[in-house]
Amino acid sequence: MKSLEELKAIREKMQGQIGFRSDSSTGTRVIVGMATCGIASGARPVLTTLVEEVAKKKLENIQITQTGCIGLCQFEPIVEILEPGKEKVTYVKMNSEKAKEVVERHLVRGQVISEYTIEKYIK
Amino acid sequence: MLPEISLNILDVAQNAMRAKATKVEIRLEADTELDLLQIWIQDNGYGMTSKQMEQVTDPFFTTRTTRKVGLGIPFFREAALATGGKFDMESTLGKGTVVHATFILSHIDRMPLGNMVDTMYTLILMHQKVEFIYTYCVDKRSFVLDTNDFKEILGEVPFETPEVSNYIKDFLKINMEEVNGNIVL
Repeated sequence: MKSLEELKAIREKMQGQIGFRSDSSTGTRVIVGMATCGIASGARPVLTTLVEEVAKKKLENIQITQTGCIGLCQFEPIVEILEPGKEKVTYVKMNSEKAKEVVERHLVRGQVISEYTIEKYIK
Repeated sequence: MLPEISLNILDVAQNAMRAKATKVEIRLEADTELDLLQIWIQDNGYGMTSKQMEQVTDPFFTTRTTRKVGLGIPFFREAALATGGKFDMESTLGKGTVVHATFILSHIDRMPLGNMVDTMYTLILMHQKVEFIYTYCVDKRSFVLDTNDFKEILGEVPFETPEVSNYIKDFLKINMEEVNGNIVL
């Protein structure tokens, strides 16, 4: 059994490291649709991939959250990216692979991947 | 339908969030002798009126406004009933709701449990203010996860801190594997 003792050790190692939670008002928000439509289309692996990739790359000031159904069920899984001072980007029909690309290209390098955005699907 | 029971659990647990629950208990109990898999999802959210209780198993009822169908509860219910199992719900306004589904384990139409690790991981990381108590039992072996135990140790350190989120994932994975033994649900 994995015990809570290990967590205590992790906590102790972090003692002294301050400023854990970044200020969400100035950071980037990544929002994943997690209603029945999203979940049925594969939102869970998209969400876990985003969380893990952002952690792995040690990206700061990025908050990953979830939302319910936004009424575009046919385009799920949907990931919205809101950056301060920029227009919202809506990625549709996502999967784990695309989510990794979004982290690398959009969140790290700041390039919108236009072929995955909703504009590509509705003209 | 959702292809895994764990996805139904993730979906139904979201209802507790919308009901502003602060505590959600998810209990899975598999008994190979009795040939049953039972699942309880209990929250302390708003609860429902008896009228809403009737409506909620109707796919063409939902409280949301962005679309006109609500399939969460109907999917979960159908998944259980398709195995010859049972489904019931109790709710008290202001107190909360408990959803209870029973699956016949060996039934050909029982979908696999699927990835419960990712379901719990997603719920815990996305709703850090909510206390989750997750109990997983297979044939008398069991383990319990209570996010308040984590919080007590961690203080202000958030769950998404890479070391912590990895720990939570491993905690779920290793302990569930041990409880499973050689049984695949």
